[in-house]
Amino acid sequence: MSEISKEQVKHVAHLARLAITDEEVETMTKQLGDIINYATLLNELDTEDVKPTTHVLDLKNVMRKDEPRKWIEKEDALKNAPDVKDGQFRVPSILE
Amino acid sequence: MSLFDYTLKELQEKLHKKEITITDLVDASYERINEVDDQVHAFLTLNEEGAREKANELEKLAHEQDNLLFGIPAGIKDNLVTKGLRTTCASQLLDNFNDPLYNATVVDRLEDKNTVTIGKLNMDEFAMGSSNENSSYAATRNPWNTDYVPGGSSGGSAAAVAANEVFFSLGSDTGGSIRQPAAFCGVVGLKPTYGLVSRFGLVAFASSLDQVGPITRTVEDNAHVLQAIAGHDKMDSTSANLEVPNYSDAFKEDVKGLKIAVPKEYLQEGIDPEVKESVLQALKVYEDLGATWEEVSLPHSKYAVAAYYLLSSSEASANLARFDGVRYGVRSENATNMLDMFKLSRSEGFGDEVKRRIMLGTFALSSGYYDAYYKKAQKVRTLIKDDFEKVFEDYDVIIGPTTPTPAFKVGEIIDDPLTMYANDILTIPVNLAGVPGMSLPCGFSSEGLPIGLQIIGKHFDETTIYRTAYAFEQATDHHKKRPTLGGAK
Repeated sequence: MSEISKEQVKHVAHLARLAITDEEVETMTKQLGDIINYATLLNELDTEDVKPTTHVLDLKNVMRKDEPRKWIEKEDALKNAPDVKDGQFRVPSILE
Repeated sequence: MSLFDYTLKELQEKLHKKEITITDLVDASYERINEVDDQVHAFLTLNEEGAREKANELEKLAHEQDNLLFGIPAGIKDNLVTKGLRTTCASQLLDNFNDPLYNATVVDRLEDKNTVTIGKLNMDEFAMGSSNENSSYAATRNPWNTDYVPGGSSGGSAAAVAANEVFFSLGSDTGGSIRQPAAFCGVVGLKPTYGLVSRFGLVAFASSLDQVGPITRTVEDNAHVLQAIAGHDKMDSTSANLEVPNYSDAFKEDVKGLKIAVPKEYLQEGIDPEVKESVLQALKVYEDLGATWEEVSLPHSKYAVAAYYLLSSSEASANLARFDGVRYGVRSENATNMLDMFKLSRSEGFGDEVKRRIMLGTFALSSGYYDAYYKKAQKVRTLIKDDFEKVFEDYDVIIGPTTPTPAFKVGEIIDDPLTMYANDILTIPVNLAGVPGMSLPCGFSSEGLPIGLQIIGKHFDETTIYRTAYAFEQATDHHKKRPTLGGAK
């Protein structure tokens, strides 16, 4: 496992929907590299036959009936939004 | 004596005898906040009007004799949503989230018990950090010495209790965020078993690790708060459908014959000599009380921090995707298209540590790296969990320090993420294994800073933790010392 390149940092930032400055690319490359390098410590362990833990409790999928129920009113759902028009969330144009 | 020197039980006796009123308790909280919070910075938002209104309502009710939380002023960590009360997670991104639509289940459960919410408590942004220096508002300071950090991420929750600003608080713990600040601030903090307490309405950081828990001045108070918030919630599908025991039963039994395991990895190199000495002294106390202890090994401890940062950051990168500037939160004014709106809102709203962890998690989950990092860490998590299960076959509790050192100075390690992460080396394995853990005061450093003893129990065996902690607390007086900040009343 190698550390992370500047190009990778830019790609990951795009995937994470973060705009990062050139200066941040520099620091992030260094800091993420250090952390990823530290994580290679895990390679000391042979985990070939170990089952991954996603969840510590022995829980199965919890199902419920798919029924409509009262939750929040539309006006309430909109009241913390930064931009609202005609009872809907407004966002900048998606297509150029 | 100040009202803050009484236990919840004693306060209820006083309320019952009408020696004090609920308004007296609420007044005491706000007076103290006015007196010291400009030094401590424990609070982000106060609920003074709401709290006084609630106190007036409660004054009209008959005193609920069996309800130990009746009328008690509490502080709530700012990552628990509170209906109509600003909830920011100490992030600029949620600076304008003034009107949340519902209460977290734990907040509803406290309200059912007629507690009074005093305000929302400062934290590391989105619960990412170990010092509260990642708050985007003001860094909370340690009430024992304001040059030092209170720990994090529930630093405000621990500092507010230590500084006598509230009678108890709620925090959240993903890798140590209740226990580490409890240790640094000399109070009692419990991270319950994963699944014991509902996470509905807790702004998610790492969903397979997060738990909500109480921070109090005494062990008994802690159990009373847990009693109120624990138990199944149909709104959280990871909450366990089990009957909640009566935690007060823990205080009827002594610790004669209790079998304590002490992991050698928790007392080795890197542990401050004063911390080690305090833990060894605590073990002597347990010997005197008739318990026995033996050294054991949790052999995969040294891998816990690396596995934790991969797993928790991966989960965080997914959980924090919801902050997109559309439905709530602050939207960047500099964007002209949708993609830029997402990117700029997030980049302007999130602080450095949050961005770093989102980046790390996105990388660990990205195509080509998933198996090498994320899946590998999940497998190591299994080994760490198995370590605990093996020890618990032969022992009742595991005891060690909560943190390698007492509180460090503000600014001392904030620029060095890996050193900051190493602070949680003794608390992280507990979250990975999903078992419960408590920190309680067990001494003071030569500089007068508190030292925390960590007691770890089996899954859903909080009762044995309380029993063990209570025996120690009764035999010592560390918990009676209070910081003198701003002249305690």
